Amino acid sequence: MAEQENLGQRASQEQIIYANILVVGVWIGIALMFLTYFIYLSGLMPSHVDIGLISKSWGLGVNEYLEVTHSPNGWGWVYLLKKGDFLNYLGFAWLALMTIVCYMVLVKGFIAKKEWVYSGIAILEILVLSLAASGLLGSGGH
Amino acid sequence: MLNTLIKPINRLFISLAVIVLSCPVGAFAAEQAVLIGGDKPWWYWPIILFVFCLVLGVLAVMAGVGGGVLYVPLVSGFFPFHIDFVRGVGLMVALAGALAAGPGLLRRNLANLRLALPVALIASAFSIIGAMLGLYLSALNPDLIQTCLGATIVGIAALLIFSKNSEKPVVTKQDAIGMALGLGGVYWDEGARESVEWKTHRTLLGMFMFIIIGLLAGMFGLGAGWANVPVLNLVMGAPLKVSVATSKFLLSITDTSAAWIYMNRGCVIPLIGIPSIVGLMLGSLVGVKLLAIAKPKMIRYFVIVVLLFAGLKAMDKGLGLGLLG
Repeated sequence: MAEQENLGQRASQEQIIYANILVVGVWIGIALMFLTYFIYLSGLMPSHVDIGLISKSWGLGVNEYLEVTHSPNGWGWVYLLKKGDFLNYLGFAWLALMTIVCYMVLVKGFIAKKEWVYSGIAILEILVLSLAASGLLGSGGH
Repeated sequence: MLNTLIKPINRLFISLAVIVLSCPVGAFAAEQAVLIGGDKPWWYWPIILFVFCLVLGVLAVMAGVGGGVLYVPLVSGFFPFHIDFVRGVGLMVALAGALAAGPGLLRRNLANLRLALPVALIASAFSIIGAMLGLYLSALNPDLIQTCLGATIVGIAALLIFSKNSEKPVVTKQDAIGMALGLGGVYWDEGARESVEWKTHRTLLGMFMFIIIGLLAGMFGLGAGWANVPVLNLVMGAPLKVSVATSKFLLSITDTSAAWIYMNRGCVIPLIGIPSIVGLMLGSLVGVKLLAIAKPKMIRYFVIVVLLFAGLKAMDKGLGLGLLG
């Protein structure tokens, strides 16, 4: 290990910060998924869609499925967080937001080091991921 | 110190999994063995899916492939779920696995941020286009996407058979783009007990290939490790260890953008998603333990045969031939 450190092969500071945020985030995400799934299946909170109807409809295409189950698309699930089934989306969204959060830390580090090319790449990535997450693309058609 | 912390967490994790995932059986089996659709109660497929994903997770680790590439063709071929949901969940499965593996790879400096960032930007942007195109095509005709998925999976199996990755590719001269982006580094090879210096070449060609990788990953909901590794290693000249680790880290970015498109479209059903993610993650943990005593080469061949069969089955289903049942 000492040999490794001497040769300067240690991960950069931003890489370590990225990893630290990720490890905490992933465990929170997994715990969230366990908890919300438990609440869902135990019936502690009522479901928006009857569980039997889901298993009858999961062979349909997504457009038909949303129609049959009266489920929202985009960020519509946020309004249904009081329902056990839609509560599960907290875990999914958390995991899918992790990369954006980590990139924000990267941008800060790159700007501090005046690494403009990588700052630009990281900012562009945040924009791309935010666009995908926004629901502006691909959530129509329902 | 870390190990002493991780062990009880692992135990707790596994116990919780058993409690949560056996909950449907305990709570509902007696009163809700209502026959739905054909002859199966609602909890039947999620439980089968969990066990299936557990096995898949073990195999994926030992064969050195991502979970997503096995999950999508097999689950779409053998489970009653529409391919829209299988692709959406497949991306979440690949994303969860990549996020979980990311910290370790970054800390050990095996996954290289500088190598990952530019290609991740390209792949993630194009995976959005791929996801939108895939959803459009499956709305037109799901058989079309099933057939194309089958053909892609057969191609992936062929790639796994014929591509000969290079442990430490020789890069005599770095190209201008690679140099400008600082694509290179040094890592410590624990096995060889030596420090390995590396740099890239053919960076532009490699970046172009990430356009195709992004499109395919988004369109079919596959993690793209099967394509990332050969491009980083054989085309761009990154060492195999760096390529494998950077590829895994890359998935956490590429799959995030495509996963959002599928999630916003309504393609992630928790009843299917959580057993899949948890099953594959637990399976991966078991797989890592078994790796020490198993023969990965044999398992890799087995997985390639399974992939070939899954690809042919998807093509068979998409073309409506009915030759494979």
